[in-house]
Amino acid sequence: MGLEDLAESLGQNVLTTTLGKLVGWGRGNSVWPAQFGLACCAIEMIATATAGVDIARFGSEAMRASPRQSDLMIVSGRVSQKMAPVLRTVYDQMPEPKWVISMGACASTGGVFNNYALLQGVDKIVPVDVYIPGCPPRPEDLLNALMILQERIKAQGIKLP
Amino acid sequence: MSTEGVTITKTGEQGAFGGELLTVNFGPHHPSTHGVLRLIVDLDGEQVRRVKPVIGYLHTGIEKQMEALRWQQGVVVTDRHDYLSPPINNLAYALAVERLMGVDVPPRAQALRVIMSELTRLSSHLVWMGTSGLELGAMSMLMYCFRERDTILDMNEEISGFRMHTSYIRPGGVMADATPRFLEMLDAFIGAMPGHIDEYENLLTMNPIWRSRTIGIGRLSPEDAKVLGASGPMIRGSGIPWDLRKAMPYSGYENYEFEVATSDDCDCYGRYLVRIKEMREAVKILRQALDRLPDGPVNVDDRKMLPPPREELETSMEAVIHHFKLFTEGYSVPPGDVYVAVESGRGENGCYVVSDGTHKPRRVKFRSASFVNLQALERMALNHMVADMVAIIGTADAVLGDVDR
Repeated sequence: MGLEDLAESLGQNVLTTTLGKLVGWGRGNSVWPAQFGLACCAIEMIATATAGVDIARFGSEAMRASPRQSDLMIVSGRVSQKMAPVLRTVYDQMPEPKWVISMGACASTGGVFNNYALLQGVDKIVPVDVYIPGCPPRPEDLLNALMILQERIKAQGIKLP
Repeated sequence: MSTEGVTITKTGEQGAFGGELLTVNFGPHHPSTHGVLRLIVDLDGEQVRRVKPVIGYLHTGIEKQMEALRWQQGVVVTDRHDYLSPPINNLAYALAVERLMGVDVPPRAQALRVIMSELTRLSSHLVWMGTSGLELGAMSMLMYCFRERDTILDMNEEISGFRMHTSYIRPGGVMADATPRFLEMLDAFIGAMPGHIDEYENLLTMNPIWRSRTIGIGRLSPEDAKVLGASGPMIRGSGIPWDLRKAMPYSGYENYEFEVATSDDCDCYGRYLVRIKEMREAVKILRQALDRLPDGPVNVDDRKMLPPPREELETSMEAVIHHFKLFTEGYSVPPGDVYVAVESGRGENGCYVVSDGTHKPRRVKFRSASFVNLQALERMALNHMVADMVAIIGTADAVLGDVDR
């Protein structure tokens, strides 16, 4: 095979990109959430995984039971003072890089419960990337948050968050 | 405290098979505990010897919160304790407030309340069946059950504007009248649902894996069920026909023909059959309610309790005053206390309200079915394999928001 032929055949089959874009593309399209249901929003999170909205279209249907296998934590519901250390432990057990979606009003701000029992926003104990309003948010809202996160992950590339 | 699946410690006690008893921690973050339930289980080999539920991981302070809210605002918070049956929680609270105030809601509101309660019972059982199926290996159940649940949620949205936490049933009536589109959707749903229930039964009732995971597992004798205060499918699955809709009818349930679903199996499979039967009965009640839906207002005609219609505000000074008073101070409820219980998908969902005559409740206490049914967990799990714990937690159908409140 001559050099010219080789160049021609490569031209059909090779894409050039940067490593950052490639890694971002891979990470962004296979975000695996930790299966971490807390309250009402968890039911809508389950609904997001079912046939109607189908989170699998975005590569995130593999909800992992172990935090060691996941890179996204969806805080789906209210976090009580008693649950806060548990939530932080689960977060710490997740390998880097990792992201957090705060799903719903309670996780984001405490929602309608401004009282002694609830953490007034999960961002007091873990860094949050995307907040979703709603009580509970619709499954479509969760998909929207995931898409926002995906764009961010893709833009981030190889750098750690 | 461990948050990953299990931690094992030796207790030093001797088990029946020569080994030591091991203490295993289940949860609170565990995929099969239906939320954030934590169980401390003592194991002899693979057999369960002791089960100790640790609750409070979802304690929200709902009862305390209600003391800071006005009577009409409290409805919003009741939605959120048993988050799989919000309208039924609304109903318990609304009935309690109405009984203290001595008002009766119009017949159309009562029928709409029955419709919403039965739709909620259906969606609650669908979530139970989907997640229980998922845990015991029947993954496709989730897809089928959530399909119909979504139809019910669409109806919720049509009638109240919100999918889950509708706050539709309020003291004095309901939020708004049913739209014609809601009634059409309901009619289509009632027509389709029996076929869907047949579909679920095809998938589970004779399924050999489902049967071997549930038959004979989680036995709860009728005596134990009574002693432990179980209610709902937990007591009816033990053959006791105790249903508050028949025993202490509310909202006109005495006018509907339906059977109380029971099963003498006393195990997880029996409770599954009870829930299937209840879904069929719920469809029957819905059909009767829709066919006989009376005309008329959907709220009590009391300007001291509910705001005046919008058009009156432009012509009547008195209406403006009522409106202003209601939205700045709210209404007061005569002093006294009352306990009202309704039948939710999980059992007796009671609401105890104390009023001191002001515009906020003195105390609101919920008697949640999940909390009491959880007491039966140890009795059901005793001497079963640790893998059966999953089926037994599932069959109790505890909603942790309801347990911890």
